[in-house]
Amino acid sequence: MLQAESLACERGGRLLFKSLEFALAPGTLLRVAGPNGAGKTSLLRILCGLARPAAGRVLWSGENAHALGEEYTRRLLYLGHLSAIKEDLSPRENLRFALRLAGQAPQAAALDGALARLGLAGREDVPARYLSQGQKRRAALARLAAAQALPLWILDEPLAALDADAIATVTALVSGHLAGGGIAVLTTHQEIAFASAAASTVRLVLGS
Amino acid sequence: MFASIAGIIERDLRLAFRRKGDVAQVLVFFVIVASLFPLGTGAEPNQLRAMGPGVLWVAALLAALLSLGRLFAADYADGSLEQMLIGAHPLVATVAGKTIAHWLTTGLPLTLLAPLIGLQYGLPGPALGALVASLALGTPVLSLIGAVGSALTLGTRGAAVLLALLVLPLYVPVLVFGAGAVGAALAGLPHAAHLSLLGAFLAFSAVFAPWATCAALRIALD
Repeated sequence: MLQAESLACERGGRLLFKSLEFALAPGTLLRVAGPNGAGKTSLLRILCGLARPAAGRVLWSGENAHALGEEYTRRLLYLGHLSAIKEDLSPRENLRFALRLAGQAPQAAALDGALARLGLAGREDVPARYLSQGQKRRAALARLAAAQALPLWILDEPLAALDADAIATVTALVSGHLAGGGIAVLTTHQEIAFASAAASTVRLVLGS
Repeated sequence: MFASIAGIIERDLRLAFRRKGDVAQVLVFFVIVASLFPLGTGAEPNQLRAMGPGVLWVAALLAALLSLGRLFAADYADGSLEQMLIGAHPLVATVAGKTIAHWLTTGLPLTLLAPLIGLQYGLPGPALGALVASLALGTPVLSLIGAVGSALTLGTRGAAVLLALLVLPLYVPVLVFGAGAVGAALAGLPHAAHLSLLGAFLAFSAVFAPWATCAALRIALD
């Protein structure tokens, strides 16, 4: 259960939003919408604890997420605008180190399975510098396939730079995650893609 | 905790191995600076021996400073640092791992290379021993303090100059006692006190610097 309690966010002296409230039960998708600069990314960064809200707090199972510290962040998968892909490492190494940071010790077969799911079979050992933008993005998204067990996914524009094929894979992964009782928070400009992803969807429009 | 530190060290060493040029750059800088002094001051053996400890330590210190820029900057730029901040392990473990990996790729090679350059200055055996011992104790302090400065200057314009201004004053005690230890050994005096003080600096900075680095990183990414 993820709750926001009268959240406010201020960037560069400007109030982006205030008194934001929501509660997400397991299996719920929160779609954050709004024009550029409305504070979508800022909200996601606050939710995952990278930024501090100007007011209010984030609650996980009724407890202050900030106070929980690693107890909260170990349940969390955050995918930001920056994909955290190291150009000098192969997709397999990138995925392995990313999962290890998230507290998981994946088997080689699980890594390759996750990469194959995102269409990177045969490219597992190519240094990421030789991959295209879309393929790098796929390598970052392979974390979704490998980290199904994490209950909270926070995804910032997960569909950016992806082709139709990968979009279908990502939406399927998100649906599977929600069907398994997970919570997902995401921003996207491709609303249709997630239209049927979840049984219960909350839509939050910022900047209105 | 130790597994997560080891994981970060493995990752950073692997990255360093893929970019051997970055590691070599620091060592080449050290060798070049230390080799330029005899060319500038003349090759009078007694004079070289007298200034050897200071020159070697200053060169090692500047080489370490040169490498600080890449300690967090690359991870900051590609988003890895965000992931480290919201990882499953305490941030201080990640910071400790990165600092250790930084020392393994800069301080340790400098320590191993220094006696060779010391020979160029005609330093006798005991002084070379003191040089290695003082660098072995002092260069980890350079990495630990450097990590704080590197985290504080993340994302700022002119980070390199700012970093030098922030960190060099804090390096002064290490330089004084590091070069002092070698100087004392050269003069045939006991230098255990110098090394003890360097050890104290190391213990102090090993306890406090990682926490300061964590705080600075959180501010940089807010």
